[in-house]
Amino acid sequence: MELEAAKMIGAGIAALALGGAGVGLGNLFGSYMQGAFRNPEAQSKLKVNPMLAFALIEATGLFGFVIAMIILFG
Amino acid sequence: MPQFDPAIFSPLLVWLVVTFVALYVLMSKFALPKVATIIDQRAERIEGNLAKAEQLKSDAAAVLAAYEKAIADAKAQAQAELAKAAAEIAAETARREADFGKRLAEQTKTAEGRIKSAQADAMVQVRAIASDLAAGIAAKLTGASVDQAAAGAAVDAAIKER
Amino acid sequence: MAEAHSPLAQFEISTIQPFHPFGIDASFTNASLIMVVVVGLITLFIVSGMRNATIVPGRFQGMVEFFYEFIANLLKENTGSAGKQFFPLIFSLFMFILGCNLIGLFGAITVTSHIIVTFALAFMIITIVTIVGFVKHGTHYFSYFAPAGAPMWLMPLMIPLEIISYLIRPISLSVRLFANMVAGHVMLGVLGTFVVGLGGLFFALGAIPLVAIPMIFALELLVALLQAYVFAILTCIYLNDAIHLAH
Repeated sequence: MELEAAKMIGAGIAALALGGAGVGLGNLFGSYMQGAFRNPEAQSKLKVNPMLAFALIEATGLFGFVIAMIILFG
Repeated sequence: MPQFDPAIFSPLLVWLVVTFVALYVLMSKFALPKVATIIDQRAERIEGNLAKAEQLKSDAAAVLAAYEKAIADAKAQAQAELAKAAAEIAAETARREADFGKRLAEQTKTAEGRIKSAQADAMVQVRAIASDLAAGIAAKLTGASVDQAAAGAAVDAAIKER
Repeated sequence: MAEAHSPLAQFEISTIQPFHPFGIDASFTNASLIMVVVVGLITLFIVSGMRNATIVPGRFQGMVEFFYEFIANLLKENTGSAGKQFFPLIFSLFMFILGCNLIGLFGAITVTSHIIVTFALAFMIITIVTIVGFVKHGTHYFSYFAPAGAPMWLMPLMIPLEIISYLIRPISLSVRLFANMVAGHVMLGVLGTFVVGLGGLFFALGAIPLVAIPMIFALELLVALLQAYVFAILTCIYLNDAIHLAH
């Protein structure tokens, strides 16, 4: 296999990490909604932590994005 | 990717250090103390006002307590006065009632005595009139004179029959 | 970016004034310019906000105080009163990253999308945290790598893991910020080229990515704020670990 083609495939595989981030974000906001629906009074208190978790989870997926970028352009 | 080009690392690093140190010095020596003084002043002011409000509140509570105590005292005094007056009135009433009863009983007794004597007098007078009448009627009807004693006896007998 | 259509062209550094003191390349580049501008803007923001400062704050002063109290609360919640001396550091860090993130979204080069910048910041944080740990606890700080309560037979596994996780902190901290910024800007760049490409193909087709750009832009505004916040809060958490040795 040529190196160029292998790089493309590798970059595509590295981008799969974003799927995990998607699952994590779905889980996070699903749980947040559940908590908010069960206890609507606490909703305002629960607003900051999901945002923090959102940033942390998204970053995990973006590590894969960085790997893909390094493979493609690095 | 241009980010991984080592040639740009050194100018970026040098200028990052320069700008960040400048920012740190500006913030810690110049900008942030300004903000801190204002926020501390505000906190102090709020604290002072809160303390003052607390003081005023306790003062008001003391005044209220004194006022309530005065009202309660006045009420108790009034109650006592009222009770005393009621007792006096009751005693007076009882005394007067007893007085009145006694007088009433006395008057009743004298009146009864008078009625009895009047009754007896009336009885005697009625007997005399009746015997005179009986003698007069008998003399008018029969023409015979009836002596006073016999008429009296007959009247007595009739009164008794009744 | 007009002549180069690669979405990566926006990260290109261009030298404005070459400068080589002591054989070190310290050229004044567009990134340097932006960093200077950000520092100037932050200082201007605070100084002009606090001029004629009053007990009852106006709108501008309220904004300045909002940032101040935001970071102060963040620091207090995460490190308690022991972290008070690090307040200027956390505040400058947060404002610097936030300023660079935001100014990058409005056309300027994004300094925080350069791995060397974010890595330098993260490395500085970890160095400070480690120094604080050793100053506070001396050699006792090494017990950080042996979590209390873990069974003895797990130690051969736990200690290397803890050391690796400690050493990987600057990498994860810097790559997180770097990746978020790069991803957002690449996304915006790709969508921008789509507008031109699809619009050239058929005019109305270009409207689809054009509508997506403001949405992604809004998301990137949120991410710019969040990543500055995350950087600051993680710094606070690491500081707390070092100060209190609670694990």
